[in-house]
Amino acid sequence: MTNPSENKKPMVLDEGLEKGAAKLTQDRIEKTIKQVLEGETGARFKAYVETCVHCGLCSDACHVYLSLDRDPKYSPAGKVKRTIGEIIKRNGKVDAQFIKEASVVASTECNLCKRCAMYCPFGIDTAYMMLIVRRICHKLGVTPLYIQDTAHSHAATMNQMWVKEDEWIDTLQWQEEDAREEIPNLRIPLDKVGADIMYSVIAPEPKFQPHLIYDMAIIMNTAGINWTMPSEPGWDNSDMAMFTGDNELCARLKKEHFDLAARLKVKKIVMGECGHAFRSVYDVGNRMLGWRMHPFNTIHAIEFYYDLLKTGKIKIREKYKKSVTLHDPCNVSRGRGLHDKARWVINQICEDFTEMYPNREHNYCCNAGGGVVNCGPPYKIKRVTSNRVKAEQVAKTGAEILITPCHNCHSGMDDILAYYNIEMHTKFICEIINEVMVKPEEA
Amino acid sequence: MNNFNTLYNLVTGPLVWLTFLVFIGGSVYKIRQLFSLVNNKEKFIYSYMSLKFSLRSLAHWVVPFATVNWRKHPVMTVMTFLFHFCLVLMPLFLTAHVTIIHEAWGIRWVTLPDGIADTMTMIVIAGALFFLIRRFTLREVRYLSVASDYVLVAIVAAPFVTGFLAYHHILNYQLMLILHILSGEIMLMAIPFTRFSHMLYAIFTRTYIGSEFGSVRHARDW
Repeated sequence: MTNPSENKKPMVLDEGLEKGAAKLTQDRIEKTIKQVLEGETGARFKAYVETCVHCGLCSDACHVYLSLDRDPKYSPAGKVKRTIGEIIKRNGKVDAQFIKEASVVASTECNLCKRCAMYCPFGIDTAYMMLIVRRICHKLGVTPLYIQDTAHSHAATMNQMWVKEDEWIDTLQWQEEDAREEIPNLRIPLDKVGADIMYSVIAPEPKFQPHLIYDMAIIMNTAGINWTMPSEPGWDNSDMAMFTGDNELCARLKKEHFDLAARLKVKKIVMGECGHAFRSVYDVGNRMLGWRMHPFNTIHAIEFYYDLLKTGKIKIREKYKKSVTLHDPCNVSRGRGLHDKARWVINQICEDFTEMYPNREHNYCCNAGGGVVNCGPPYKIKRVTSNRVKAEQVAKTGAEILITPCHNCHSGMDDILAYYNIEMHTKFICEIINEVMVKPEEA
Repeated sequence: MNNFNTLYNLVTGPLVWLTFLVFIGGSVYKIRQLFSLVNNKEKFIYSYMSLKFSLRSLAHWVVPFATVNWRKHPVMTVMTFLFHFCLVLMPLFLTAHVTIIHEAWGIRWVTLPDGIADTMTMIVIAGALFFLIRRFTLREVRYLSVASDYVLVAIVAAPFVTGFLAYHHILNYQLMLILHILSGEIMLMAIPFTRFSHMLYAIFTRTYIGSEFGSVRHARDW
């Protein structure tokens, strides 16, 4: 790995923020802040604000702080100070410029990864505080342009990428056709009522990575799973609204998703290798809809592979030869404790696995999560330079392949590997399984 | 002399009652306020609370070096635990304090040997100094610090400094005694209404995040 000499801080011009802020009036800012803080927060907010003793012990938890030469304004409590802290200090009387800056802090300098909640002696949830800031900015219409565009796409099409219904179905059929070259009677059954499993993906899969649907089709068919993929809206399990602070839209999305599974009368939803979507279904969207836990039995792909390998439904022909390491996605490790199952799966399919440190719940975020990568090109350089510790961490493993079962982590890690010139390639677990498993014609 | 007597009578008489009223009444008020917020706005919190995972979380965070972050900051950890341990226990078991209670209400409990209490006092003072120096010298702490943080260190150190001086008859004994009682009263009254309220809230924030991490996230929170 090389250390890039230029550590320039580019001027970020984000039209979403500029235009949104230009429309603000002082009255609207103050009313909105009051409405959110008084109407939407409660005991947690009060306890967090009043309990924090400004000890700074959360600092070491944050990859942004650690990467930017321990600049205190990027520590978790530092980010709270620059946003919520100022709002409280000025009694909500902040101007449009402040809101714009607060939006940048909350949306692009924090991934809501919750690592700091594990480092605060009081267990203060800084990610929650940052979400409150994003909520205020959302209500004021000052959200970074690119992520707001994905939220608009969710609202208009019920998927993140403006994928039209015919494009979606066509992509599934295209992957089915391609996969039939390997397994001639392979099917991607659409809308099969009563199937055991509904497989759901995020919209970037049909848009940019249809081969992942191909891989899963091969796995499902080889394992003999009674499965289906839905053709109707609700097929996309992703959720940028949860990151923009648009809680109402987040609830709409998850309702559509759960309702679709209910209409298809499936026993279980299996989700592709995505972290934020899992968070939305498992921990956030369900709460927005008033469910304590997810109302539909939903498992992440890691757990699905684990079950398939444990029960012998898929068998490994020959383990993957290249050396691999694992980046634990926050939303499925710190968010769901799947890190040990992920390791078990990887050890079943790969010969040479090296840990990176710290790992499991303590792993550093990729800096793409929490909607940060979705804030788009204006923040790309900032995103990779403010995760130097991640680059150092992965480079130390010396592995050839970086496995990470999460889409955002993939995007984030690809950018980091490229920027720091680290010779390593990212892979999803399903790509490796597809390469090493016993397929029907070989059986 | 008369002035001292008047002051002494004030701080050991009406001000004591005021202190207990503000400290206990204020603490009850703050906790009730928190629960009323939970009941009115975040009732869902109850459904996530888990005794098992609350205790698991507490057990890790009340033991020095049992969490990753405690291990990362060994000096801070030792000072934090020693400071809080002595701060809470020493005044409760100091012979002089227990004797006053005994004389007033006829109840008493075990006391600390004076030598140990004296050492514990010095630990509290050293701890306060350590926190103060840390606030000045560590960049990430200095950035977060506001004026009240320094005032709070002074408020917590004052009863121990004056108590120490009075016990050792350094400077004017009577003045020190009065200042000791007064500063102790100020500290107690400040608990519910300043960031000292972490004494009241820490258990709730800790057990809530412990429950979320344990029963929803299936992950460690230490």
